[in-house]
Amino acid sequence: MRKALLSPEGILVVLIAVVSAYLSVATQGFATVQNMFDLLNNQSVNIIFAVGLVVVLVSGGIDISFSVAASVVQYVVISYLLTIDGGNWAIAALLTCVVGISLGLLNALLIHRFRIVSIIVTIGTFNLFFGLLMYLSGGRSIYSIPDWLYSRIPVFSYELERGSATLYLPVLVMAVMVVLTGFILSRTGLGRQIYGFGSNPDAAKRSGVNVAFVQAFAYGWLGLCAGIAGLMQAHIVREVVPNALYGRELDILAAVVLGGAVLGGGRGTVTGAVLGVMLLALIQNGLNLLGISPFVFKVVVGVIILSAITVRNLDRLLPKLSSVNGKGEADA
Amino acid sequence: MTDYALKAENITQKFGAFSALKNVSFDLKVGEVHCLAGENGCGKSTLIKVINGVHRPEPGARIGFGSGQSAGHITPSDAKRNGVHVIWQDLAVFPDLTVAENITFDSFVASPLKPVGSRDRKRRVNEIIARLDIDLDPDELVGNLSIAKRQLVAICRVLDADAKIIFMDEPTASLTRKETESLLRIVRRLSAAGISVVFVSHRLAEVLDVCERVTVLRDGNLVGTYPTEGMSQKKLSKLMTGMDVHEEPRGPQTFGETAIEVKGLTRRGEFADVSFAVRRGEILGLTGLMGSGRTEIALTLFGMNKADAGQILLEGKPVSFGSNKDAIAAGIAYVSEDRLNLGLIQNQSIINNTAITVLDDLADPPVFLAPSRLSQLCTSWIARLKTKVSDPRLPVSVLSGGNQQRIVLAKWLATNPKVLILDAPTVGVDVGAKAGIFEIVRDLAATGMSIILISDEASEIHTHADRCLILRNGRIHQQLDPADVDEEKLEELINA
Ligand SMILES: Nc1ncnc2c1ncn2[C@@H]1O[C@H](COP(=O)(O)OP(=O)(O)OP(=O)(O)O)[C@@H](O)[C@H]1O
Ligand SMILES: [Mg+2]
Repeated sequence: MRKALLSPEGILVVLIAVVSAYLSVATQGFATVQNMFDLLNNQSVNIIFAVGLVVVLVSGGIDISFSVAASVVQYVVISYLLTIDGGNWAIAALLTCVVGISLGLLNALLIHRFRIVSIIVTIGTFNLFFGLLMYLSGGRSIYSIPDWLYSRIPVFSYELERGSATLYLPVLVMAVMVVLTGFILSRTGLGRQIYGFGSNPDAAKRSGVNVAFVQAFAYGWLGLCAGIAGLMQAHIVREVVPNALYGRELDILAAVVLGGAVLGGGRGTVTGAVLGVMLLALIQNGLNLLGISPFVFKVVVGVIILSAITVRNLDRLLPKLSSVNGKGEADA
Repeated sequence: MTDYALKAENITQKFGAFSALKNVSFDLKVGEVHCLAGENGCGKSTLIKVINGVHRPEPGARIGFGSGQSAGHITPSDAKRNGVHVIWQDLAVFPDLTVAENITFDSFVASPLKPVGSRDRKRRVNEIIARLDIDLDPDELVGNLSIAKRQLVAICRVLDADAKIIFMDEPTASLTRKETESLLRIVRRLSAAGISVVFVSHRLAEVLDVCERVTVLRDGNLVGTYPTEGMSQKKLSKLMTGMDVHEEPRGPQTFGETAIEVKGLTRRGEFADVSFAVRRGEILGLTGLMGSGRTEIALTLFGMNKADAGQILLEGKPVSFGSNKDAIAAGIAYVSEDRLNLGLIQNQSIINNTAITVLDDLADPPVFLAPSRLSQLCTSWIARLKTKVSDPRLPVSVLSGGNQQRIVLAKWLATNPKVLILDAPTVGVDVGAKAGIFEIVRDLAATGMSIILISDEASEIHTHADRCLILRNGRIHQQLDPADVDEEKLEELINA
């Protein structure tokens, strides 16, 4: 029990409970079904990004190109569909997956084949994707999106006194991606291989782990998630703005790290990533309802991340708590 | 079909211009326990890596298995398919996975799509732990374990696999006597079940006890393969080193004034009321079972842990260390038992690893480090400690285990300490090098350095310590002069 509470997920659950309790008392609009549903609808895209990113982080890599990759997918798919009379959900979904996975595999190829560090590769592809997109599109947004993408698809409604609160398609898609990714990471042999590879790549190689495949899977899966998130985002905002997702990668990275993933690999969970996104979303929502400047949000995010990481490392900083002698770093 | 489980012929392995193995042949019978012996850096681990497909040997090699498969080189999955499993010397474990997941990791690789059922896994793991009669928590993260326990995890891992051939690269290096004994029992049982075991150890008594044949390598050359029957430790070490190795007991010495004194040192949960003094030129043996507080006391003397009570006096003056930095500045050096993690920065060059403790002193004028001074320092220590290094600019990780241990020693000796704490300094070090290291230690003592030698090998303490403290449950149980007892008696006292 104590162990569960001290895990990154446990701490996040406690924090979320505390923040929610405070906001329910301090604000009018927070503890309403409408607000909760809005939060879920709005955060579904971020959560899809986050569960993809957590796979890459667990494998010991990092990717900062995924949010502009999502913009590329949006733009390519929608512009193509507009040239063939709009298409439909099925064609769009298929194209999205193909383009998204391809962009992810490009990262994996560069990282694995040419032995370049993932941060460098994805800084490169981040600029490449974004530069090409802005150059070729001329920075023009697409406002006239196909009808099937324009109309909201409700998946669940809750009757209120006045009107009703509704969850839309992106929430369902998000749920599917969360469950699927969670299952792969925590319940399959492949998932354990990803943790093992992130934890000790050499040992994984010697154990016969197919390193090329593990990396292709991790970056390909993030590419897939990015593509899907891109399509959902276009559906929610009903337009395609090429630079709309620019900069989103750092917010997602922050949330995922808050959820317990570490940059060295081997650690992180889907639950943690989801909770990380939700905590930051709740705080943003709360500050909004309290009428506080959005810049304060940035400050709060910074403080939360720094303190969360510090608390998590406390057991390593206090030698007394560590059961094994010499776990602290010996240096000179 | 033959009764050979493995036949490797004409193996030559080059790293750049350096040949780690020269035309070596090796065969293994079904159900045999076979020892690979040789000095540090002679190529034992390299041979294991070639047979497991980690390295690709020069053309002309032939590696064949009992299954009939035979090729010039193989891949790690070929090796797995032929039931070859390894306990790696550098313990290839996964720190972020649990003990149970580490032990059963191969099943994740074999069936990536199969859901990982945890109940069956736990049962299997508990069974193995019970078989080995050891203390391991299946749910603990391996990253939180000591090296000795990680070693046990690596052992359990090959026991879980459906192995035909098991390579054990120094599996006993950090085990206690009891754990070693149960491992040797398991090895015999495996062999009886038709599984071949290749055993690497620098503890020759162990080798002669458990193995049927021994293959000796020297500087990458095959010396020969011999039956262990009728082989003595002395003869084996001569085959390994090409020299007669013998160590004289130290005999009575005269010492200077007290260099370090400890009064009533206590750290809750680790040790209590420990008092002793070491004079200049004296070698004090500190011994006891694992968990008796040996290493914990050393870490406190070295400023890495704070004492709850008691006093440390250095040359008569009370000192208190905020960190190991203060301890180093005061003239205390600590050679850690865990060289892989604490002793060395694996991906840094041998030069940098040697110089890291004395960077400030080498900088002249301040802040500016001349590369030539670094390499001078490094070359002089390599020569003094007779370390086998092909190029000091290579990362320290390419060195063989025993040579890494010498670099750790060099790094601390470079600080020119007043008090040198050696924690299991000869773990994984070959017989010749052990003698070499102790020769150096004695020379250091002769220059007036005080030495605290932590070891659970009775023979080491017996031959080299001037005085010996036996710890039990964190307290000093007995103090004695090793000359007053014989080695067997000392062994008994330590393990009682
Ligand atoms: N990747 C590498 N690059 C360069 N040199 C290497 C590499 N791996 C091993 N060597 C060198 O090959 C030689 C044999 O090393 P190996 O690890 O096989 O020794 P060993 O017999 O296992 O010794 P020990 O008993 O100390 O473990 C050493 O001199 C080592 O420095
Ligand atoms: Mg070795």
